[in-house]
Amino acid sequence: MSKERVIVVGGGLAGLAASVRIAEAGVPVDLFSMVPVKRSHSVCAQGGINACNEVARQQGYSEYQHFDETIYGGDYLADQHPVLEMANWAPRVIDLLDRMGVPFNRTSESNRDLRLFGGSLFKRTHFAGATTGQQLLYALDEQTRRYEAEGKVTKYEFWEFLWPVLEGEGDDRRCVGIVAQDMRTMQIRALRAGAVIMATGGCGLVFGKSTNSVICTGGAASRCYQAGAWYANAEMIQVHPTAIPGADKLRLMSESARGEGGRVWVPRKQGDTRKPTDIPEAERLYFLEEKYPAYGNLVPRDIASREIFDICVNQGMGVGGQNQVYLDLTHKDPEELDRKLGGIIEIYEKFVGDDPRKTPMRIFPGVHYSMGGMWTTYTEGAYHPDHAWGEHRPGDPTPVDTQAGRGMKHGATNNMMTNITGLYAFGEVNFAYHGATRLGANALLSCIFDGLFCGTSVVNYIQTAEPSHEPTTDIDQSVFDRVVAQEQSKADRLVATASDNPDPTDAAHNPYAIAKEMGDEMTAACTVVKAGPRMERCLAKLAQLRERYAGVRLADGAMWTNQTLSFARAVGDMLVLAEVIAQGSLARRESRGSHYRTDFPDRDDDNFMRTTVARHNPDGTHTLEFRPVRADLVRPRARTYGQKASDKKSPVTDREPASAT
Amino acid sequence: MPTTAYAHDSTAAWRRANRERALPGRTVILKIKRCDGPGKPARWESFKVPVEPGMNVIAALKHIAANPVTADATHTTPVVYDANCLEEVCGACTMVINGHARQSCSCLLDEYAPREGDTITLEPMSKFPVVRDLWVDRSRLFHALTRVKAWVPIDGTYDLGAGPKEDPASQQDRYGMSECMSCGCCLEACPQYTHEDDESKWDTSFVGAHAISQARLFNEHPTGKELKPDRLDELMTPGGVTDCGNAQNCVKACPKGIPLTESIAAIGRQVTLRAFARFFQGK
Ligand SMILES: Cc1cc2nc3c(=O)[nH]c(=O)nc-3n(C[C@H](O)[C@H](O)[C@H](O)COP(=O)(O)OP(=O)(O)OC[C@H]3O[C@@H](n4cnc5c(N)ncnc54)[C@H](O)[C@@H]3O)c2cc1C
Ligand code: SF4
Ligand code: SF4
Ligand code: FES
Repeated sequence: MSKERVIVVGGGLAGLAASVRIAEAGVPVDLFSMVPVKRSHSVCAQGGINACNEVARQQGYSEYQHFDETIYGGDYLADQHPVLEMANWAPRVIDLLDRMGVPFNRTSESNRDLRLFGGSLFKRTHFAGATTGQQLLYALDEQTRRYEAEGKVTKYEFWEFLWPVLEGEGDDRRCVGIVAQDMRTMQIRALRAGAVIMATGGCGLVFGKSTNSVICTGGAASRCYQAGAWYANAEMIQVHPTAIPGADKLRLMSESARGEGGRVWVPRKQGDTRKPTDIPEAERLYFLEEKYPAYGNLVPRDIASREIFDICVNQGMGVGGQNQVYLDLTHKDPEELDRKLGGIIEIYEKFVGDDPRKTPMRIFPGVHYSMGGMWTTYTEGAYHPDHAWGEHRPGDPTPVDTQAGRGMKHGATNNMMTNITGLYAFGEVNFAYHGATRLGANALLSCIFDGLFCGTSVVNYIQTAEPSHEPTTDIDQSVFDRVVAQEQSKADRLVATASDNPDPTDAAHNPYAIAKEMGDEMTAACTVVKAGPRMERCLAKLAQLRERYAGVRLADGAMWTNQTLSFARAVGDMLVLAEVIAQGSLARRESRGSHYRTDFPDRDDDNFMRTTVARHNPDGTHTLEFRPVRADLVRPRARTYGQKASDKKSPVTDREPASAT
Repeated sequence: MPTTAYAHDSTAAWRRANRERALPGRTVILKIKRCDGPGKPARWESFKVPVEPGMNVIAALKHIAANPVTADATHTTPVVYDANCLEEVCGACTMVINGHARQSCSCLLDEYAPREGDTITLEPMSKFPVVRDLWVDRSRLFHALTRVKAWVPIDGTYDLGAGPKEDPASQQDRYGMSECMSCGCCLEACPQYTHEDDESKWDTSFVGAHAISQARLFNEHPTGKELKPDRLDELMTPGGVTDCGNAQNCVKACPKGIPLTESIAAIGRQVTLRAFARFFQGK
């Protein structure tokens, strides 16, 4: 058996699920994270995790319908086979988490409780209060600690991934390790591994303020991209409809608030100054419920965000003339709210100071999730219908069963491998499952599914495919030293700017100021509504920022725990990713899911039911290519969510979202 | 100009009252205890920060990072600190604010410094080694979780059906304990938990209230309780539950309302029963 180790970069749900699965198979794991893994961003997830369950099943729901909803929700941009496999595995993922001790909310008969979530008419979301991500992450953290205690997982916490180490050319090129930096001692070193899994999460910080945590810069993905990995559907950024604007971040008010009955409204009278509780029912405009009678407040996020944007920015109907609408839970039983939504109610109370049990919350859309990410491939499973199926209705017989390997071939060594052999991408950092919009509570599922299902693929790669190569322990040290030298000189150059910094507050050279301007620009140009000319301007601005970045100066020249270095380095990588996002947004001359172009308001399947694949050129430019989506399971249909025909007009505006995001 | 830190007055009512009267557009002073690294001397630096609506301590530290100039107009370095989620759920950003350990991300300037020129003091937690400035090394806290085997010993990650059924009351109970975010406020407040840099002593120094509570959490789980004897044996050794002096500071300091004293009492009883059992088995 191979003696190779596996490096997992990232200790969120995806990275931990992978670590546990791989360690369990007897392959040693080196686990890297910028924070102790228990503090990873996944801890923020609130609402829940989707899976078909017995109650829904007896109402006509099925794994297949979960699959169909996810494809429809993603507006047909996702390759379909992996999504089928994920939906089929979902109930098993829940069972496993249950065995690990996750305190899922329970019904009076001790069954797992369920709630409604966006994009489905069935209760299929499992939850642990309103801190589901925290509870799932802790369960996986505990299992990881168990393997760590047995010596099967070695943690490198407070280590930052800097660059992948690649060996060979052309078809022989493969990933054989990484270069990373200890964030305390600043030591930069290379580690060898038979395979590397990137599980580094999203890139919300490219937009300045978002619902993401502070390490979600996308820096790690950008570095892989610059080293030759492809980046796909970058323009597909999810803006969550209900966040509370804050000075440092946008705090999410989970979709579960609406799943538990929360209603979104504004006063019918523009500029109504009455307290929300004084405004009678008849004088409230429940705009989502009126426009989408079937799904109501639970239309998918892109639709809800555009409608809120339309009400506030175009119609000037926002509460108090500002960019905000009410999210109302005051009609619900306060005790039930505490039991099911306690976590988010506390957040609102703490940060805004009002009690959502008594007064409606004020919210506005905020950047939340990246459907796009590192490009990955897979091997199709056994299900190949003679023709793509149409809409699946509740209770219809399903065309395929739920056995493992119907969607993706179980254990195939290329499942969720990038275009670089031996380099994998799991969780939010890949582009695989959510197409042009992610349905709520499907992200946690895709992260854990990747770790478990594709973790097996990595084990197989190490144990079967990989030995045909030279063992990584035999590879010449110079292959690793070269990358260490590259990263050392990058770090040295940045740190050296501190000794020649006459004014650290000068915004022209300050990394924090450059990052802020990038965030403001990206939020204005590349979020809820996009338009060609505005994005051209955005690209020009990014080019300016890149020039300024070349002259960036640090205010800290220490060779010990220098956080400014880490941030400044990431700003350079974020600018690269920002360009890919903006260029993808410009090149995709249609509207699909979260990507809405005022100048191309319709979906254009003939030209754009395609994956945007970006490649980085040695001169720093990007080459974009549109590759066909692998979609022979389900036929595309119009994505209307039962919108009333009379309201068919979509919000059209060139105006930018103002301050609130 | 008032410069005192409100050392003993940080009750919820006091904070709420401050929030109501906070002046818009004011400037507050952040007085920060800094240190360049292990073994280096500590020093104090003050910064003037213009307050924006809804600003928290983290936003103030970000302002300082972009404008690293002290109140007396000297250039300095950005302040080093630990943070991630910014919504009080990851535990990273814990520091001592006006004399009490708490999360800096949920610490609003309006609540602590409502008037022009009010001062907020920031210090690193004192029970852990300082890495730099406000960032401390809390490895010992995680080590304690390994000591008490804070996990459910499942038969691996393969599909073996659902876990045990659980009634809602028991779920609520476990959920309440499971929200512990390993922040360390309970340890900072505990008189029995003392600074220990020497890693080789972590197996015999006090585990702390958080770990005792985690032991109870897993002892209550139908599969988790398989390891109950191991956990209790560990908690009978030096540094175990008997090291607790029952000062009850921990439970008051916990931002997540973890029922720490109940857990300590429950584990105390379990340990006694186990000791009896071992005595009669002649072990
Ligand atoms: C507020 C909020 C609520 C959400 N609620 C839900 C929900 O209810 N349901 C749902 O399905 N989804 C939800 N999501 C989405 C979901 O939480 C995320 O998509 C998911 O947690 C991502 O997990 P991950 O494992 O891919 O990465 P993360 O959890 O983001 O972890 C990334 C890891 O990579 C490490 N890392 C990053 N860069 C580096 C580097 N350079 N070097 C070393 N390590 C690095 C980090 O330290 C971290 O350990 C929510 C998201 C947010 C923001
Ligand atoms: S009760 Fe025990 S653990 Fe809690 S503060 Fe007192 S001595 Fe420390
Ligand atoms: S018990 Fe409370 S104070 Fe102690 S680490 Fe856990 S959350 Fe923090
Ligand atoms: S940053 Fe996570 S608790 Fe404050």
